[in-house]
Amino acid sequence: MRTQQQTPSRTVPLYERPAALLDVPAHYCSGCGHGTVHRLVAEVLQELDIREKTIGIAPVGCAVLAYDYIDIDWSEAAHGRPPAVATGLKRVHPDKIVFTYQGDGDLASIGMAETLHCANRGENITTIFINNAIYGMTSGQMAPTTLVGQKTATTPLGRQPATEGHPIRMCELLNQLESPALLARVTITTPRRVRETKRFIKKAFRYQMQGVGFSMVEVLSPCPTYWHMSPIDSFRFIEDEMVRTFPLGVVRDVRNRDDAAD
Amino acid sequence: MAENVALTGNDSAAYALRQINPDVVAAYPITPQTELMHKFAAYVADGEVDTELVRVESEHSAMSATVAASLSGARACTATSANGLALMWEILYIASSTRCPIVMPVVNRALSAPINIHCDHSDTMGARDSGWIQLYSENCQEAYDNAVQAVRIAEHPDVRLPVMVCLDGFILSHTLEGLEVNDDQDVKDFIGTLDRPDSLLNVDDPETFGMFTLQNYYFEFKKQQVDAMEKVPAVIEQVGQEYGELTGRSYGLLDPYRCEDADIILVGLGSTTGTAKQAADDLREEEGLKCGVLKLRTFRPFPAEQVCRVLSGADITGVLDRAVSFGLGGPLFHELRSARYGETAPMIDFIYGLGGRDLSLDNVKDIFRSLAEARDSGQTEPTTRFVGVRE
Repeated sequence: MRTQQQTPSRTVPLYERPAALLDVPAHYCSGCGHGTVHRLVAEVLQELDIREKTIGIAPVGCAVLAYDYIDIDWSEAAHGRPPAVATGLKRVHPDKIVFTYQGDGDLASIGMAETLHCANRGENITTIFINNAIYGMTSGQMAPTTLVGQKTATTPLGRQPATEGHPIRMCELLNQLESPALLARVTITTPRRVRETKRFIKKAFRYQMQGVGFSMVEVLSPCPTYWHMSPIDSFRFIEDEMVRTFPLGVVRDVRNRDDAAD
Repeated sequence: MAENVALTGNDSAAYALRQINPDVVAAYPITPQTELMHKFAAYVADGEVDTELVRVESEHSAMSATVAASLSGARACTATSANGLALMWEILYIASSTRCPIVMPVVNRALSAPINIHCDHSDTMGARDSGWIQLYSENCQEAYDNAVQAVRIAEHPDVRLPVMVCLDGFILSHTLEGLEVNDDQDVKDFIGTLDRPDSLLNVDDPETFGMFTLQNYYFEFKKQQVDAMEKVPAVIEQVGQEYGELTGRSYGLLDPYRCEDADIILVGLGSTTGTAKQAADDLREEEGLKCGVLKLRTFRPFPAEQVCRVLSGADITGVLDRAVSFGLGGPLFHELRSARYGETAPMIDFIYGLGGRDLSLDNVKDIFRSLAEARDSGQTEPTTRFVGVRE
C-alpha cells in the first residue's frame, strides 16, 4: 500500500469499468449478450468522448432497462418505435449523438416500418441491433429472426417456413435502400469477435459524428434461457447454426475503408 | 364430465379457447397475456384444436387478421394487453362496425408511460367507446366462464358484436386457482356453430365490408351499432341463465353481494371485488356496518337501470376505479353518477391500484369506514379520492 502511495504515477490500470457503465447488478440472465454489448457501448462513448452529448433510445424487450446500466440521457420508446423517436430527437438536436438499442422483436417485427423508413431517410443516427432470434422479455416466442426449425414457445414444433416464413436478414434487407451508411453483422462469441464488435460500434458512432448517415450494427447475441442451452452451448449455436442464416461481415460501408482504428 | 382443475387466469382462458376451437387465432406476445398464447400454441402443436394459428408481427396486424378471418365466415379470436390493445385501436372500431363476433381475452395492464407491466384498467377503459362488449372477471373461474359465454353473446343474431373478456393482469393471469371446467362436448354443444350469413366466402351473395360511406350512409351504420348494443343486456342474461342450467353457475349483468339490506355499497370491476366482498363480511361481523358490494360484470353495454335498482336502498355508494380519465375522474364513477341522475344519496369515487399498486383488505375496509364517516357527518368532499398514492 505504502509503495503504491509513493509511486501513484506508475500505476496504470489495465482494465476498468467505463465511466458510463454503472456499478449495479444487471437483471439480465446468465450468459446473456446484453451485458457485453452494454459495456462496449459505454467504452465507445468514453473513447470518443461523446458521453455528455449522447441520448439513447431504449426499446421494449429485455433491454427496456438499458437506462439502469448506461449512465447517459435516455428516452423510452413504445414497442418498435425507437427509430421514429430517434428521428425526432436528432432533428431537434443535430449536434447530439442519438442511438437506438433494439432487439429483433422490436426492430424487425412490430417496428419494421419505422426501421425501414428511418434507414431510408438516412437519418444520421446509430442503431445497435441485438439479434438473439427470439422474444426474450416475453419468454421466448418466435421472432422474425427465429431460425427455420427453431423451437420456441409459439412454435413448439419448430419454425416452419410454409406458415411462419423465413428469418429476416435485416442488414441485407436495408442494403436494398440507397441511404444507409453502414450495415454490419458481428457477434460476441470470442474475445476477437468482441473486439470486432466494438470496432464496428465505434465506427457507427464515428460515422454519426461525421454526419455520414444511418448506421446499424447487428450483433448475434446469445439467449441461453430461451434457447434452453448453457451459455457455452449458446455460443456454439451462434457459431455453428446462426451464422449460416446470418453471415457475419460488412454488408454496406459507404466509405469502404477501415477508418475506425483507435 | 365437468372437472375440478387448478389453472391460472391465462391458462383458464386458453382452456376455454381450446374448447371453443376457433378457426383462426392471431397471436403477438405481450406481457401479461403471453402465457395464454403459449398454452394455446401448445394445443395447436398437439393437434387438440383445428385452429389456424397466425404468428403476426404486431397487434395491429393481429386484430386486422382476426377481423378478416371473421368476415370470411370463421370463428376468430386473439388476445392482448395494454399497449397491444392500444395498437389495435384503429381496428377495434372496424371489428365492431363490420359486426365481427370476435372474442378477445384482454389481460388488463397499465398503459405507458412510464412503462409498467402490472394491472390497471386504463387499457380497456380507453377502449370503452370502440363498440365492443366488455365483460370483467373477478377470478379465474369467471375468466373461463366469460370466455365460453362470450362466443354465444358475440354471435347471437341480434348482437353480432365483438367481446372483450377482461381479466386482471398478474392478479388473475398468473395466479393459480381451483376452478371447475366444463366437459369439452358440453362447450361444443353450448356454443354451437357460427352462422354468419353475410360472409366474404358466400359466393352466392357477394359482400363488400367497410366500404367508403360519407354523409350519405355512415350515420346509419353507427345507429345500427347503437341498436345492436341495446339488445345485448337481454342476450347476456339469457346466455348467463342457460350457462347456469348447464354448469350450475349463472351469470347476469351484475353480481350484487349482500346489497339487499346494505347501507353502504361499494361498486367495482374485476378481481378487487373479491377483496371487497371479504371486507364487507368482516365489517358486518366486526363493526356492525351493513356493507355490500356491487360487482359489474358488464361495463359495455353499461347496465344503468339494473345498477340503479341495486343502489336505490343504500345511504351512500363508493366506487372503485382502477383507471382515471384525466380532467374528469374515475370512468366508472362518472358513468354511475350519470346513470343515477336525480338521486340524492351521496357517491364517492376511490381511484386505486394504478400500475398494479396493491389494494389490501385493510385498504378496502378503510374505504368502507370512510364511507360510513361521510354518511354520518354529511361531509362527502372530496368526491374523488386517491387510495395509496404518495402526495
